[in-house]
Amino acid sequence: MSVVGMHRSAGRLEAALRAGHFVMTAETSPPDAGAAGPVLERAGCLKGIADAVNVTDGAGACAHMSAVAAAAILAQHGIEPVLQFTVRDRNRMALQGDLLGAAALGVPNILCLHGDDAKKGDQPETKPVYDIDSRELMRTARRLRDEGLLPSGRPVEPRPGIFIGAADLPVDPRPGWRPDGLIAKIDSGADFVQTQYAFDLSLLRRYLAALADHGIPDRLFILVGIGPLASARSARWMNENLFGVHVPEPLIQRLEKAPDQGAEGRRICVEMLQELAEIAGVAGAHLMAPKQEQACAEAILESGLLKRRRAA
Amino acid sequence: MWLPRNGRGAAPRRPNGSISMYAVRLWSVRHSHLMERTYKVLEATLIALAPLFARVGYARLERPFAWTERNLKGLLFDCQMCGQCALSSTGMSCPMNCPKNLRNGPCGGVRANGHCEVKPEMKCVWVAAWEGAQAMSGGTAIVEVQKPVDHSLKGSSSWLRVVREKTAPAPVAPPKPKAVAS
Repeated sequence: MSVVGMHRSAGRLEAALRAGHFVMTAETSPPDAGAAGPVLERAGCLKGIADAVNVTDGAGACAHMSAVAAAAILAQHGIEPVLQFTVRDRNRMALQGDLLGAAALGVPNILCLHGDDAKKGDQPETKPVYDIDSRELMRTARRLRDEGLLPSGRPVEPRPGIFIGAADLPVDPRPGWRPDGLIAKIDSGADFVQTQYAFDLSLLRRYLAALADHGIPDRLFILVGIGPLASARSARWMNENLFGVHVPEPLIQRLEKAPDQGAEGRRICVEMLQELAEIAGVAGAHLMAPKQEQACAEAILESGLLKRRRAA
Repeated sequence: MWLPRNGRGAAPRRPNGSISMYAVRLWSVRHSHLMERTYKVLEATLIALAPLFARVGYARLERPFAWTERNLKGLLFDCQMCGQCALSSTGMSCPMNCPKNLRNGPCGGVRANGHCEVKPEMKCVWVAAWEGAQAMSGGTAIVEVQKPVDHSLKGSSSWLRVVREKTAPAPVAPPKPKAVAS
């Protein structure tokens, strides 16, 4: 894809995408810690390997170190973050403040999300904020970046360079299906999307074909969500508990038969990375595996895609 | 919009002419002693009925009870159905009517005339609460620190919750859902 346009951020993720490379992002969760060390202990293995590392924001609706702080720590140590922003815990004023603050701390990418349901977390009595929705957050970020204006109309100088991301859920498109949700996200300012886990590649191909029919890959970068499955059990758990996730049965059986399920999960991930790199309309992959940053780093290295990029 | 006239004299009226909820709410605080006694009788009655409630099933009673509370307490106190009623500890002045939802005393913005910083036409709910508490036998409860609001209880019946808590001395906490990293 050549989504030609002015660079919106100073980030390497955007640069790699606009250069047409197949990018690979990973994910880390801020620790329950009051020091920077544990952030780097978790995500340090991805340095120089992942193009960017997503920093989750109150994942599972539980309190952890703030995502803004963890993302800033990564940025200061040469690991480019994609800061996840949920609208669950902050009202619009706090979100606007953090959009500016994160940019000031060297965070070039954000991913705008609704956030897991507060009732599913470990403090269900908490007040879910939802002052604005994730699309409004994207519009806010875009206006700050492109017009240098807060929603109130007050100017911001200098403007934050923000590469704006959204989440997406690949679905099996029925005849006549239109990607209205994605179009709305593009219209709200999304420059890229990272999808939920898409282990069913045949479904993904049908989905991408439908997106191509509507010219979506020419309007934003699509990063497909995958990950090193830890075991057959965890794959089954994901099928039952993660919304919209479908790990096909043959993959689960392959894991079950393997002597080392974790290694097999990584091999599957490597194969999928290599396959995704060949699919038109896919700008990259987003690797997710809770507390398994190391496995993600290994899968990226084993895929050989970084070497291929350097050779090109 | 409430537009109370000078002091306590004429009942404040809404533009459509009906006596406003605000006036009823102030009346309830002025009669906090009566409200307190009435509630004590009600609570004792409900607790006595607990075995019956248990047989019928609390889940089945939730909606009719919540409906009753919403309407009755809504009329008397402008109840916001937080589901964890504090009226007995707040002089029968509902703290959820504070624009800042403060449940532990007023903010620093109370006006010289005892009215609200945010809604100047409204008496501060905590000024009202203090006055109401003076007339109640259990008025000293106003100094007890209220826990943060449990937002998962919003819209549910506070009475049923009290009955269940007071009839089950050691309530079993529901199992915490397992955290999902995503």
